[in-house]
Amino acid sequence: MTLQDYLGVSVAPCAEAWDREERVPRRVLTELAGLGVLGAHISAAQGGRGRPATEWGEMLEAVGAESMSLLSILTVHAMCSFAVARWGDAATQEEYLADFVSGRKIGGFALTEPAVGSDAKAVATRFVDAGENWSVSGCKKWISAAELVDVFLVFGQTEDGPTALLVPRLTRGLSVVPISGSLGFRAARTCEVKFDHVLVPKRWTIGPQGQGFGWVASSALDVGRFCIACGSTGLIRACIRASSAYARDRRQFGVPLGEHQLIQAMLAEMTTDYKAARALWRAAAKEREDLQPGSIVETTTAKYFASTASSRASNHAVQIHGANGCGPDFPVQRYFRDARVTEIIEGSNQMQQLMIARDALAAFAPKRGK
Amino acid sequence: MTQIEARTKIRAFLGKFIPEQDFADGDEIFALGLVNSLMAMQLVLFLEKDFAVKFANQDLTLKNFGSVDAMTDLLVRRGVIGAD
Repeated sequence: MTLQDYLGVSVAPCAEAWDREERVPRRVLTELAGLGVLGAHISAAQGGRGRPATEWGEMLEAVGAESMSLLSILTVHAMCSFAVARWGDAATQEEYLADFVSGRKIGGFALTEPAVGSDAKAVATRFVDAGENWSVSGCKKWISAAELVDVFLVFGQTEDGPTALLVPRLTRGLSVVPISGSLGFRAARTCEVKFDHVLVPKRWTIGPQGQGFGWVASSALDVGRFCIACGSTGLIRACIRASSAYARDRRQFGVPLGEHQLIQAMLAEMTTDYKAARALWRAAAKEREDLQPGSIVETTTAKYFASTASSRASNHAVQIHGANGCGPDFPVQRYFRDARVTEIIEGSNQMQQLMIARDALAAFAPKRGK
Repeated sequence: MTQIEARTKIRAFLGKFIPEQDFADGDEIFALGLVNSLMAMQLVLFLEKDFAVKFANQDLTLKNFGSVDAMTDLLVRRGVIGAD
């Protein structure tokens, strides 16, 4: 079965119900792993599927077109598993990577706290030296799909500074409290994750101690932004799909909605946005395949554009559907809610603007004459 | 590759991001605020690609990437370029 077939049969018909129930069945992740999605970004040498970024991006776009909640679970899983593949020591990679690829374990990402968002290196969670273990205490908030995740990549402070650590969900002292009723990404229900003197072996430290932000979090967020760029592009496609079907079938003033030029204007804008978002993530993917340093800013640009464009597109999609767009019988209200979230997660768009602008100041300013 | 060639290459890369200032090989680019923290990852990608090296975890400290001197020393220690 191809991914496209699987999404058509097992995701598209269920996405609305998952959104209402605020959960995605665990088996869906296992089945996506079987289709090569969960290990696509891990190299074959490390036991992954080793797919080029362009191919992985196509998978993510396809998932995003059906369920952004599911896409968000794939995103945090990719961030956590990438961090282990890139920064973990050999024994930790041996212990976790195969399970991340097969879907036996789902990874999560625990950075944000009740009082710490964009200024992430100020996290207050403490890793206190306890011999062979770290003793972890603190509270993380807005942690995606934490009820389903098997192991979190947690960021906290050691005496040397911010550090990343793998913490299995089923560890004594760790508790998960779901947050119901969020605006979007509801089926990837976010949670508070509380740590009360949780003992975790120091060997599960990921990356250099005290450098957990500059290296581990930064690079994992870069992976997350790529996922959101591709997924949001899929979300725009979903908005066009729903709106063009509706505009063809619904008649007003004696003709299909699609014959009205103001409807056409919205469809034209959505379609242009889709093509531009797709071109941007594919350009970023190419840079990622070539391991170009510029890939980070390209990815940021793609995420920034696709997320804002998905908000525009979902806004149009609701407008084209009229009252039906606000009701429960069409998926566009879910698209509208999910699109809004993409502008905040994996770095708010204001943080993306800072990165893009700083790069522009260096790259585009004409050189002064000597 | 000689150390001088390596320095020239690193300076050229940094020059794309620090266009207006003169910076010395010993200048601490992060501490002086010449580049932001994203640069750390970009520098790893750049050095790993252009010098065909894969850094170990213990190499990855901001200190090792903090100046042209520090990066050149790191490449020497990793045996990628000669000690001159």
